[in-house]
Amino acid sequence: MATFADQGPRARAAVDGPVVRVRDLSVAFGKRVLWDGLGFDLAEGEFLAVLGPNGTGKTSLVRVLLGLLAPATGSVQVTGRPPLHARSRVGYVPQQRAFDRDLPLRGLDLVRLGLDGHRWGLGLRSRDSEERVRRALADVGATGYGDTPVGRLSGGEQQRLRIAQALVSDPALLLADEPLLSLDLASQRIVVDLLDRRRRDAGTPVVFVTHDVNPILSVADRVLYLGPGRWAIGTPAEVLTTETLSRLYDTPVDVLRVRGRIVVVGTPDDGGVHHHETEH
Amino acid sequence: MFTELLGQPFVHTALLAGAVVAVVCGAIGTFVVARGASFAVHAISELGFTGAAGALVIGIDPVAGMVAGSLLVGGVLGVLSLSGRERDSAIGAVLAFGLGVGVLFLSLYQGYATEATNLLFGSIVGVSDRQLAELTVVAAIVVIGIAAAYRPLLFSSVDPAAAEARGVPLRALSVLIFLLLALTTAEAIQVVGVLLVLTLVITPAAAAQRLTAKPATAILLSIVIALVATEGGILLSLQQPWPTSFFISTISFAAYLGARMRTWSS
Repeated sequence: MATFADQGPRARAAVDGPVVRVRDLSVAFGKRVLWDGLGFDLAEGEFLAVLGPNGTGKTSLVRVLLGLLAPATGSVQVTGRPPLHARSRVGYVPQQRAFDRDLPLRGLDLVRLGLDGHRWGLGLRSRDSEERVRRALADVGATGYGDTPVGRLSGGEQQRLRIAQALVSDPALLLADEPLLSLDLASQRIVVDLLDRRRRDAGTPVVFVTHDVNPILSVADRVLYLGPGRWAIGTPAEVLTTETLSRLYDTPVDVLRVRGRIVVVGTPDDGGVHHHETEH
Repeated sequence: MFTELLGQPFVHTALLAGAVVAVVCGAIGTFVVARGASFAVHAISELGFTGAAGALVIGIDPVAGMVAGSLLVGGVLGVLSLSGRERDSAIGAVLAFGLGVGVLFLSLYQGYATEATNLLFGSIVGVSDRQLAELTVVAAIVVIGIAAAYRPLLFSSVDPAAAEARGVPLRALSVLIFLLLALTTAEAIQVVGVLLVLTLVITPAAAAQRLTAKPATAILLSIVIALVATEGGILLSLQQPWPTSFFISTISFAAYLGARMRTWSS
């Protein structure tokens, strides 16, 4: 498999200091205020897992980092700039959502949109852009279905293309919002491996929002756990403990380690166990 | 008889007008289908009818009323940029009310009933040279609009989540596509009538996307199918004096059926 090494120096050189800098951040929806004084830095090459129950603002955090949601208080910098001005340096992987079977769009068209889909005009092909799309497809092992209509691909294949779409512009930061939803275990593994490889090879830090920590337990450097009203950040070993989560939920919660997996029992919102979304 | 008619200037004008309208309908259809906005086309078209009927009542050019009605609904739908079921039911509600008002206008209108029939079912052979010029100008605006915003339009139509993250202004593009769609609809009404706009905007695009997965090719194919349907329909109605709209919708539908059958097994 190809590596991202040839793209590495560019991604690396432009960032001085932390890639993401969040200070005293909160977001308000009407009277409801999320996170009081959220703050963290994200360094090059770091893999940050953002965990927590529904409604605690995991997606809102991603939207703040993309400059799509204005904070109520605090400051956010991405590559040293306000998020709105750093967008072209951010790769985004959304959750898998099925395309229409007949949508006239091939795999390589989807990837190319990540390169120039935001630009005006018809966009005549250049040799350079063709080459970048080809390389992005190869990097995620999707060369074989670049010409296939996206609506005919499996969820796992579509997510590979979405990663290629996020990487084709050579981003300095990767944001993934529940990218494993409705994927089978093998495809989950592939998605995590691809993002992990990019941050190791090119130093691109990854913010990975997920409701299930287990698929990324082996690669996450740090965990940001957003609880109802409180938050905690640290290594998985520091944050994913009975003490920390009981404090976040303000109720007794047990964190169990069963056969290398983490199971959280007793949270008010999910019937007791963090579970995989199953394929439907 | 047929060859005699072919020599008539009004037939040339009709063929040219049909070609102009077919190109814009085919061009915008792919984006509309990708956005799942077929129902919106119908709503814009019927409110165009309301606008035209209102114009007849106050004694101004019905085409002006039609364009105003279409643009108003297109603009509102674009600004709201609703999705899914919410859009479905909102459009249904607006459409029904607009049509009700249109019925009132028609009953108030004391003129010839043919004007109303022409609006509903089209009157391509009655297109004047001035109308042809107007059609061409509006068509040029739509085609230039689509070409200028082609990539972000495609991105926001097929993959809105990623497009938004990349800084593509979803709402502005939604307004743009719906306004262009309103202009297109006002064009198509003059050829096939209010009730058959879908046959030029939706059917060719739906057929084309079963034949190719390349976005640009799908748009070109959709234009070709709309052209064949319109020009073929006009020529057939010269041969056999049935309504042009019938022939156009039949050819368009045949292309759709053919495209579906070709890919039936896959």
